[in-house]
Amino acid sequence: MIRPVQMLAFGAARGTVLVLARPLSFWGGVDARTGKIIDASHPDRGCSVQGRVLAMPGGRGSSSSASVLAEALRRGTGPVAIVIERPDPILAVGALVAQSLYGIACPIAVCLGHGLATGMVVSIHGAPGDDATLVIEEAC
Amino acid sequence: MPLDLTPDDRAMLGGAFGPGAASAMQILVTYAEAIGAPWLLDIRRAHIDGCLYHGQVSLDFVERLVALEARVRVPTTLNVGSIDLIHPELMRLDAVEQAPARRLMTAHQALGCVPSFTCAPYQTMFRPSFGEQIAWGESNAIVFANSVIGARTNRYGDFIDLCCAVTGRAPAWGLHLPENRLARILFRLTGFCGDFEPTDTLFVGVGLIVGRLSGDTVPVIEGLPLPRDEDQLKALGAAAASSGAVGLFHAVGITPEAPTLAAATGGRTPATVFAITPDDVAAAVRDLSDVPDGGPLAAVCLGTPHFSHAEWQRLLRLIREIEPAAGIPIYVNTGRETLRRLEAENAFSGLDRARIVPVTDTCTYVTAILERLDGAVMTNSAKWAHYAPGNIGAVVAFGELRDCVLSAASGRVMRTAR
Repeated sequence: MIRPVQMLAFGAARGTVLVLARPLSFWGGVDARTGKIIDASHPDRGCSVQGRVLAMPGGRGSSSSASVLAEALRRGTGPVAIVIERPDPILAVGALVAQSLYGIACPIAVCLGHGLATGMVVSIHGAPGDDATLVIEEAC
Repeated sequence: MPLDLTPDDRAMLGGAFGPGAASAMQILVTYAEAIGAPWLLDIRRAHIDGCLYHGQVSLDFVERLVALEARVRVPTTLNVGSIDLIHPELMRLDAVEQAPARRLMTAHQALGCVPSFTCAPYQTMFRPSFGEQIAWGESNAIVFANSVIGARTNRYGDFIDLCCAVTGRAPAWGLHLPENRLARILFRLTGFCGDFEPTDTLFVGVGLIVGRLSGDTVPVIEGLPLPRDEDQLKALGAAAASSGAVGLFHAVGITPEAPTLAAATGGRTPATVFAITPDDVAAAVRDLSDVPDGGPLAAVCLGTPHFSHAEWQRLLRLIREIEPAAGIPIYVNTGRETLRRLEAENAFSGLDRARIVPVTDTCTYVTAILERLDGAVMTNSAKWAHYAPGNIGAVVAFGELRDCVLSAASGRVMRTAR
């Protein structure tokens, strides 16, 4: 299945999906040293975002989330891509800074009603000027 | 709708103003596209909340701009960092932990930022003026600039505030535009008797409630008494920006864009109306404290946001009157310029028996300064009370300034205010 998406940060990635039920603030919500979700009030506390395609309704909270996402990407503990249902400028800035400083891409795709489930394998492709796509390669 | 860049914007993006400006413009353009801004506008000032160390990426970002010979294009102040550079002896961090935090503060100065290191830049010579377009970080500074002064900024933060400063541009969006500054939600003070007193507790309590219930909608408050000074509005804004995400509030008859309720709402009926009663205010303020009266006190922490000269005058008068000599430290976060002025005025002479500890360049809730946490820490700041338990593990007692000094004198939490 192929879906058109809007890209907030360009790049290509392939990975296994982790769907979060609720928006996540990276600041205070993710430990950049381990990639684990540490927000005590988040239903997915304890899961790791490392190497996953992170799908969630959106970002939330402090603008310091941009720093924490970029720091996680620098350390290799971050997600390989993020799929959100509404644009989030703070996450976009974090991904862009990691790309700009370290050449590490973390494509961020906006797709309302993305229909993803934890365990699916997906690939995301979005380059400037091209039609960006989200491809579901394997169902769970 | 695609982002419409001017020829100058495109030239900057292409490197005509140097590689540092090009890099900052690239990030700003991506951000503007993500939020759907139609174009960029000129800013006159910036305030950067980038001096707190969040990891290597904080330092790499700024030091790369330094290496690319970027300079800020507008007067740019700096928010607090993790170190008190004027009083390094107060820091309870070892040299290894201090080094990157110090480097981060220094690197920002190399970009041409003013080493103000204060979260109250609006009470320095860099105060913006009514209607000025600015790009500010730091939640309390944003809400004060928008609400009390009538300058115009969105809620900027990590990386983007600095990109605005280096390019002199910001996305034409949100609170930069007059139509988005109108109030959509009304808070009406109800049940207060006649000419009630503008107490500090009232402004803090109203701020907490407005922050909690407004979401990202612009609120207007009706029925507040005239504040004693702008520091009470500073406390209201800081409370609202801690309990919620308020970037702008109006107060009818008090703030510059709200001479009347109709002016604040643009003549439209507010979508939602909330009443605020004396009981609501009392409950909101009570929720800030973890401990009852009478518990042992370890310290008093004031100045979140940084104490103004006027706040210092009130504190020093109380200290002369009450003479707290129990050895409880009274930490006061303040801007280095304010402290210099007080020292030049010899403001601390004859106060040797009280343990007044001025802290500059940082804040006691973001870094390791407090000597003792074996009792409650009393504060008159909603923001300190909100963040200190999570950040430094403090047990908090909230109270008015006078009660903070009385408690420091007795060594126990005392609250005499209504």
